[in-house]
Amino acid sequence: MSIIRTVEQEHIKHLSEFIIKGKDPATTKVNLDEVKDNFLSRVGSFDIGDLVKVAVKIVEGKRERIQFFEGYVISFRGHGITKTFKVRKIAFSVGVERTFPMYSPNIDSIEVIRKGRVRRAKLFYLRERSGKKANIVERINYKKANAKAKK
Amino acid sequence: MLGIIGKKIGMTQIFNDSGELLPVTLLQVESNVIVGKKTIEKDGYNALIIGTIDVEEKRLNKSAKGFFKDLAPKKVLKEFRVDDIQNFERGQSIGLEFLDNVSFVDVSGYSKGKGFQGVMKRWGFSGGRATHGSKFHRQNGSTGQNTEPAKSIKGLKRAGHMGFEQVTTLNLKVVKVDAEKKIIAVYGSVPGRKNTELVIRKAVKK
Repeated sequence: MSIIRTVEQEHIKHLSEFIIKGKDPATTKVNLDEVKDNFLSRVGSFDIGDLVKVAVKIVEGKRERIQFFEGYVISFRGHGITKTFKVRKIAFSVGVERTFPMYSPNIDSIEVIRKGRVRRAKLFYLRERSGKKANIVERINYKKANAKAKK
Repeated sequence: MLGIIGKKIGMTQIFNDSGELLPVTLLQVESNVIVGKKTIEKDGYNALIIGTIDVEEKRLNKSAKGFFKDLAPKKVLKEFRVDDIQNFERGQSIGLEFLDNVSFVDVSGYSKGKGFQGVMKRWGFSGGRATHGSKFHRQNGSTGQNTEPAKSIKGLKRAGHMGFEQVTTLNLKVVKVDAEKKIIAVYGSVPGRKNTELVIRKAVKK
């Protein structure tokens, strides 16, 4: 691996330690190891077309709170630590897009609400659509769903 | 002013403690060794000669072999004007500890070569309009007056070779120092292509 990639990988590892630094496992509600694992496995935990809920940490003075941004993932860009993803939502009938760095320590969690069935790597065509046409059909794994139903 | 010789690895991004994403350039600093001294008595000025990057001995000519004698031969040599050279020894190595307590650096090196370029790219001339019957597109226009002085004065901005010249970027913030990997990360960009040799000095204007 080239030096630059090694440095990036190490920085990602450092960030995974950084986000749980100073937190006492006894007092926090969440499992800190799980938080770390989720951070390291962010790439691949969601895909293009998925409806996701991104929890963003916001610092107001000394207080820290969490704000949610919910929408479709419409693009991935870059690789390694420079990787980013774009989330699009409709707020008060206005399209809003926000780009998040994949490994940002300010992102608390990324929750997949629904998988999407899409055939493109970039969903910029959604910008020209409105109403029902701007929705993405859910991807259902019928094999799994049937197996579950039989049980 | 004393500096160290490093190598440009390339650019990447780093998150700082408040979660902001910073663009950084990685520089690798291999062992820097003082291979020679110049003294005011002998050479007319005081300076240290610093070498880096090992080279095989068979690659050297006789004069270089004589110059290195007891030291491991180095490929890249650079001279630094230093007043108090008696504090330094020949064979002494200077590493990343040079950057201890240094928060800003200047980085100099050779910029990327651009070849023969016209005045618009090289000097930022406006050029003329492209259409509407214009016959003046990317030229440099007038280069002087009339009978008096009857010649173009020297040093006018013209087309010619661009790039591959010494460029110094001032006041680059040191974001990270990794002593184990011999890598430092500075905020922003530095001159030159990847793997180019660079001189890293403490910032003169900070």
